[in-house]
Amino acid sequence: MIDSKTLPTNYVTKPEKRATSTGRSLRTDEMIINMGPQHPSTHGVLRLEIVVDGEIVVDVIPHIGYLHRCFEKHAEHMTNYQQVIPYADRMDYLSSMSNDWAYALTVERLLKLEVPQRVEYIRVIMAELQRIASHLIAVGTYAIDMGAFTPFLWCFRDRERILDLFEMTCGARLLYNYIWVGGVSHDLPAGFVEKAKDFCKDFRTTLKEVHDVLTYNEIFVKRTANVGVLPKDVAVNYSCSGPMLRGSGVDWDLRRDDPYGVYGKFEWGVQIGKGTKGTVGDCWDRYMVRMNEMEESTKIVEQAIAWLPEGNVQSAIPKRIRPEAGEMYARTESPRGELGFYVISDGTASPYRVKGRAPAFVNLSVLPEISKGAMIADLVAIVGSVDIVLGEVDR
Amino acid sequence: MGLLDYKFENSNILITSLDNLLNWARLSSLWQMQFGLACCAIEMMAASASNFDMMRFGVIPRATPRQCDVMIVSGTVTLKMASRIKRLYDQMPEPRYVISMGSCSNCGGPYWEHGYHVLKGVDRVIPVDVYVPGCPPRPEALLEGLMKLQEKVRKGSLVKVSA
Repeated sequence: MIDSKTLPTNYVTKPEKRATSTGRSLRTDEMIINMGPQHPSTHGVLRLEIVVDGEIVVDVIPHIGYLHRCFEKHAEHMTNYQQVIPYADRMDYLSSMSNDWAYALTVERLLKLEVPQRVEYIRVIMAELQRIASHLIAVGTYAIDMGAFTPFLWCFRDRERILDLFEMTCGARLLYNYIWVGGVSHDLPAGFVEKAKDFCKDFRTTLKEVHDVLTYNEIFVKRTANVGVLPKDVAVNYSCSGPMLRGSGVDWDLRRDDPYGVYGKFEWGVQIGKGTKGTVGDCWDRYMVRMNEMEESTKIVEQAIAWLPEGNVQSAIPKRIRPEAGEMYARTESPRGELGFYVISDGTASPYRVKGRAPAFVNLSVLPEISKGAMIADLVAIVGSVDIVLGEVDR
Repeated sequence: MGLLDYKFENSNILITSLDNLLNWARLSSLWQMQFGLACCAIEMMAASASNFDMMRFGVIPRATPRQCDVMIVSGTVTLKMASRIKRLYDQMPEPRYVISMGSCSNCGGPYWEHGYHVLKGVDRVIPVDVYVPGCPPRPEALLEGLMKLQEKVRKGSLVKVSA
């Protein structure tokens, strides 16, 4: 699977045939290196078994399961549907709001429940703020992987402002249990709208700063452009989703193509990779898609705040949730891609089976495909650009 | 330290002065292991980022256990991970300290009852100095835990084996 384009020109694929300067052939062996589970750039407890030939990566085998927390078993053991939400929070801990929403949406569809308009708008605001927060971490840690520390601090500075907004709404900083089946746990507090508006206004400045210091930085471009190229067809065949898929130039976003909530009402654009600095689908494109998505999310938040209707956010919360026997799959666009829950109900108060379709898990499966033939140092760039969250990979 | 064991039954001016110096050095530069496990790792990152700035306590993340003084176990410890944590702890040079961050590593947390795959508390494999409760603890809570650890380090002495 070694692609001749990605290899140095003097590289010969068969190690036995490589000639030394004296003309005699030199036999070299492949070596296996373990990266992780404790490694600063695996973004959690991922273990990569890397087969290398010199510095060239011949194969990568991801070993997962170091953070398996049996979400699906917990979902079956809870006494009602509502109790699953805190565990859904802990699946993808960088975007808990999106997880809550995906699960609540599935159960609502199972119940054929309509939620009030105000709730729909609040959910959009929360999910898009969460998308910004999640992408900020993705961009910040990616910058650290590439050797730049400053953008990390700037990203976290602005992420804290989003967390403050969440905290004043529901009291939690990271794992919210905010979006419930049929509604949300608290209405927006006084002063939320103004603070969110201020944030949206200031955030564009941050984006520009990060663009200036990182995006078009020559070192960063050299490290990421033309590295880890994920072609369109491969991305589709591996069922990648989210920024991974859009970075490869596939125009697909569930918020537009399979709208849920009130996403159909807003004006925004789906961002795709264009290969500005190299090939379409390289690490730089995936990074750039995330940067552009943050800008689009800001637009959505501003519109949703402007059109926020009045109403009671808890009027549709069912007293007891007992769906008829049946099954339902609902999918949403989480910051990492298509996040779906498949819930089977047997007519009792707790779900018979819950399956989470985790985008990070699916996106990770393409890693061996795109990192063959890369240098070891570039593997760090590739893993960072996939933006995995191990809580979601292992569940 | 082994050289000095049992040489001085009671502390004298030499020992206490040396204690003060060593403890001051240790507690002011607690290098932590850059090692995130789960959700709490994000709060640990937030604690070392701009708003909370853990580095003002001298806590600098290092990527290898050989250079570290304190291990912050931040998140759910699964059985598969537990053996690795033990190994990483063994690789750290003494004196070494452990902060258990969050309910999961304190006692199993939300995964206590049905988590067939979760270690019910990291103190079953390595000794823990400070427990920080919360799910996840706020960065302020982690900083409080660090200050508690600093207090503990300050009380250490050469002649007594610290608990």
